[in-house]
Amino acid sequence: MYALLSSIPYWGETLLRLLGGAVAVLLPAGTIVYLFLFKMMSFMQSRLGPMEAGPYGSMQLFAEVGKWLQKEDLLPERADSFVFKIAPLIVLASTFLLVAVVPFGPDAWFTNFETGVFYALAVSSISVLGILMAGWSSANKYSLLGGLRAAGQLIAYELPMILAVVGVVIQAGSMNLQNIVVAQNAGSIFGFDGLGNPYLLTQFVGFVIFMIAVQAELTQTPFDMPIAESELVSGYMTEYSGFRFLMFFIGEFATAGVFAFIASVLFLGGWGVPFSWFGWTGIDDVDNWMNIGGPLIMLTKMLGLVFIIMWVRFSYPRFREDQLQRFAWKFLIPVSLVNIMATSVLKVAF
Amino acid sequence: MTMISDRQQLAYIASQAADARVNVELETEGMTLNIGPQHPATHGTLRIIARLDGEQVLWAEPSCGYMHRGYEKLTEVRTFPQVTALVNRIDWLGSFANEVPFILAAEQLMEIEAPPRAQHIRTILFELSRIANVSLFLGDLGVQLGAITPVFFAFRDREYVLNLIEGATGGRFHPNFDRIGGLKDDLPAGWIDETRAVMKKMRKFCDEIENLLFGNEIFESRTRGIGVIPRDVALQYGMSGANLRASGVDWDLRRDQSLPMAWDKVDWKVWTHNDGDSYARCWVRLQETRESTYIVERLLDTLPSGPVMTKVPRIIKVPEGEAWISTENPLGEMGYYVVSKGDLGPFRVKIRSASFNNISIVPWLLKGVYVPDIITILASLYFILGDIDR
Repeated sequence: MYALLSSIPYWGETLLRLLGGAVAVLLPAGTIVYLFLFKMMSFMQSRLGPMEAGPYGSMQLFAEVGKWLQKEDLLPERADSFVFKIAPLIVLASTFLLVAVVPFGPDAWFTNFETGVFYALAVSSISVLGILMAGWSSANKYSLLGGLRAAGQLIAYELPMILAVVGVVIQAGSMNLQNIVVAQNAGSIFGFDGLGNPYLLTQFVGFVIFMIAVQAELTQTPFDMPIAESELVSGYMTEYSGFRFLMFFIGEFATAGVFAFIASVLFLGGWGVPFSWFGWTGIDDVDNWMNIGGPLIMLTKMLGLVFIIMWVRFSYPRFREDQLQRFAWKFLIPVSLVNIMATSVLKVAF
Repeated sequence: MTMISDRQQLAYIASQAADARVNVELETEGMTLNIGPQHPATHGTLRIIARLDGEQVLWAEPSCGYMHRGYEKLTEVRTFPQVTALVNRIDWLGSFANEVPFILAAEQLMEIEAPPRAQHIRTILFELSRIANVSLFLGDLGVQLGAITPVFFAFRDREYVLNLIEGATGGRFHPNFDRIGGLKDDLPAGWIDETRAVMKKMRKFCDEIENLLFGNEIFESRTRGIGVIPRDVALQYGMSGANLRASGVDWDLRRDQSLPMAWDKVDWKVWTHNDGDSYARCWVRLQETRESTYIVERLLDTLPSGPVMTKVPRIIKVPEGEAWISTENPLGEMGYYVVSKGDLGPFRVKIRSASFNNISIVPWLLKGVYVPDIITILASLYFILGDIDR
């Protein structure tokens, strides 16, 4: 990427990065909404879903966005208007910040820094702030309950998520997401390098915990009490309409996509193919076509993971708030601690 | 004597303790939450006023009447045959079942009885409306607990039953098919085979719901031990139907009283459950839906031939007198107390609808539960707003 970028000025480079970021967030979000929310959910529920807008309803999302953009931007009379207006932006911003560290290819990344994992986990909790702000500023009791539930839930599930990732970090010996990808694809299982060494195999417990925590972090069923449409109407989103609701909506699915990206980087080998297939030994040998192929591989893996997230979402009832806390503190955290311990012992042993 | 489960007692004590603590230390006030009249969980316009401490309910009170349509009064200005058009809008999901007790009461006053074939068909349609009603409950249960998929299965399969009702009566929701002295028409050709096929489908639907919801750990953890109604309390509050049977009371008007209907002609089982919690109520309804499909099949096997209407005068005047008939409707006991002065129309009709009594337990039941459990409990009590407000 540096070879390409060295010839254009800094502002051009920045513009390209911003554009790339927008694509990396909005394209997965749109794909997820159409493929899973509109179509897969419909097929699971014995209906067709949108069929009119475009072939097989593929333009439905544009129609929806157009509808939302036209709607009146309602502001509750007693709402704290500044906080109310800025909350969806903060939720969406955390998604954009999150995608900044995801590597999409050997040179296709936005930033590549040594503590990528740490950064990703840190910025992912910014969305809690936005949700809490939305819940508090709406001057609505349902919103308040939803916002507080979201805060309690997301704090409880940050911890298992971090602990699940620690196993990967120990095994890769790096917190740089790019290095984690390389370590998986250049690795081998007992000398067999045809598969690389995706941490899905060695860190399966961590993977499951991570996906559960992601499910909770995204407030998808069975952890969707902050929204809980049958109890709290729409939770913290109750008072939002039009464009601001759209931002929450995009944020929800874009974050699903970005978390699936991160999960595929951490556990499924990210953008890479096993290096032994092409005789590469390290990241410097990787051919340039991987800068195009990598994002496509990532997209495929992302869709696979989001499929699981959505499948669970469409088929499970929801937990109660206290059951969720109990599940996090009494089950997930102990299991992930044991996982870390086992990983470190095995790391030293091998 | 009121039996309170350990859980409820603990929850109550905890709420009292929280109240005391809060009042001493922080002087925070609780929050009054109006759930409804417009709320996704009340499927209609029921309003629950809940006083909350955090997520815990200190007290709750249902406030009904937002959909009062005055059917008792309206019946006084209708003739007897016209009343069925009104009353099948009371519980709009099981509409045919609403007509039956009123017609039976009128027939009792006139001292006539429908011919056996009409009794059989009445019972079959009665059970079909039970299936149509309760299958929607089974789907809606998922939505209330956050699972969005079952309700689509319910709507899909309920459509087959509604098609049957439409095929026989001409009306999907409001058949208005029952007449004093029999039925409007005989069954159309091919209806019986069609019904048998649909009953198989409905049993498959029941299996599907059982696998999807009742076998799910989250569903169990959300419903088991939630909203426990002990046997005595259920009886004291005058509950009926599946809510009562889930509390371990073996009481089913279809079996326990002799009406000119066909339930006693076939074998079937009354399902009860001893737990009295939300899970038990849902489970009993699931079993009853399945049992209803068997009842329909067996009634079709023993369907007698003959007319579907006795001789009644062209202009029906019901002799002076009073009659009380109640039947085991999909929601519970539904009865009509009909007073006639020998006119074309009733002098006074008192309607006893099941949901009104079933939700009267709500203030007792919601004490000390969490907000999500309000929804679970309301869903498992299963009321129809039209049936509460009439």
